[in-house]
Amino acid sequence: MSSLPLIAHRHPDAVMAWRGGTPVRVRQFLGEVDHVAGQLPPGRHVLNLCGDRYHFAVALAASIVSGRISLLPSSQTPESLRQMQRFAPDVFCVTDRADSGVELPLFHFPESQPESPAEPVIPQIDSDQVIAQLFTSGSTGMPVPHPKRWGSLVRGVQAGAERLRVTREHALVGTVPPQHMYGLEFTVLMPLQIGAALHAGHPFYPADICVALKDLPRPRMLVTTPYHLRMLLAEQSALPAVDLLLSATAPLSQNLAVAAETCFAAPLFEIYGCTETGQLASRRTTAGAIWQTLPEVHLRREGEAVWAEGGHIEAATRLHDDIELMGAADLTTDFAYFLLHGRHADLVNIAGKRTSLAYLNHQLNAIPGVRDGVFLPPPEDAADAPENVRRLTALVVAPELTPAALMQALRERIDPLFLPRPLLFVAALPRNATGKLPRQATQNLLASQRAPNTDAIPS
Amino acid sequence: MPDTNQELQNEVAELVASALNLDISPDEIEPDAPLYGEGLGLDSIDILEVALVVSKRFGFQLRSDDADNTRIFSSLASLTQHIAANRTK
Repeated sequence: MSSLPLIAHRHPDAVMAWRGGTPVRVRQFLGEVDHVAGQLPPGRHVLNLCGDRYHFAVALAASIVSGRISLLPSSQTPESLRQMQRFAPDVFCVTDRADSGVELPLFHFPESQPESPAEPVIPQIDSDQVIAQLFTSGSTGMPVPHPKRWGSLVRGVQAGAERLRVTREHALVGTVPPQHMYGLEFTVLMPLQIGAALHAGHPFYPADICVALKDLPRPRMLVTTPYHLRMLLAEQSALPAVDLLLSATAPLSQNLAVAAETCFAAPLFEIYGCTETGQLASRRTTAGAIWQTLPEVHLRREGEAVWAEGGHIEAATRLHDDIELMGAADLTTDFAYFLLHGRHADLVNIAGKRTSLAYLNHQLNAIPGVRDGVFLPPPEDAADAPENVRRLTALVVAPELTPAALMQALRERIDPLFLPRPLLFVAALPRNATGKLPRQATQNLLASQRAPNTDAIPS
Repeated sequence: MPDTNQELQNEVAELVASALNLDISPDEIEPDAPLYGEGLGLDSIDILEVALVVSKRFGFQLRSDDADNTRIFSSLASLTQHIAANRTK
């Protein structure tokens, strides 16, 4: 049985996090992990909703050392949380908020801090231990679990850190929550596994991001998304120094990448990956559009599908993007190179958050009073940069429902980013004899609806 | 409400509607209805868009560690008040 340490810091007084302007040292972290692990309720499944990234890291580590599994659903709507309870009836929620609004057994992150141990011992974790289940929305209405083993996660983040040249000297600010794969890997596990420091905040506005960065010593790394990066650069004045930029969740335009590198005088990398596999490949966007896989990660085409395997990936995984492999798909080379041409037709990515139209349609049609309904992706517009956010449209047949009631029912079920804008009520959908919706007929209906309609969003 | 605040409120409503590409006219935004979630249905991405146009038009930046942050976006009227109190241009 092989095992890997919980954290890679070399000294008990090394800084592993920054809260406000205050450093948190390894001995304090290990003391708190022990303290929290000893107080957790008996359930074996944990929904870690801590907003403070340091609290999240402590609760995650406490769950790991006590053999618990963290559940990370793709959204936190009431319906998603009920699904987590169906998946694991013993699940409880760890929160550091007074009013979580969550209808699950709650464990409040303890305010009191234990004394830091004089000679802390870094726990060793079995490489085969499943420490988390990350969920994708699937296509049937039931979320699909993806078990994550400790060894695979650690190998993945170490390979990513090496590629991006992140060192133990770095301190990281993340604008993404730690409750999804990208945030978990790059804002929590990576700093823990290379012995770097994470910023406890989850800054929201550009001004918050600037303050969080200024809290940190250099070199600083910003882990963000195309969307947050665009907002940050739009506030050109008084940007603090950043030494390394990382973007993921959706492709970045060349223009924005060049602007970011010029503005910060720092390299910008993008990571490509998915919930199923975690990170897979990277590119220095200003150097070109071609992605290079992480060491020993290979891609192989089988008919229409591209599969990823090797490296930290435990089992060959089918990718859901339209990928063009470059050169010979030769397993004797260390890397594969490819171009990304967007998502498959059923998949949507709104402001970096992904789901499938099938899932959204399932949720829409499960609402009492909805006789028929369909979500439509935003129109393709090649001139529009990918970091600009466009929304979904829904056509729905629900004569007994008001727009407000239907929106409220949807809000219970799907992430706010996927709520339709506009939501259009129609008498019937143009289904053909086989029950399918021909694209052209749907587009015609949409065009006829859009022209005169000005009251699509209910007030 | 004084006329100047009513004018500002109209201006803010227009900014919100145009920044977010909402399919409604600015005067359809109810002054006291929530902007977030239920009500107008804005989400966190929208709030960032609004923050950006507010900073460009009124010369100050929104911060989320502002204790009043949830109150600021509780309605068009409260957002207008916050802008009136903090604007530098």
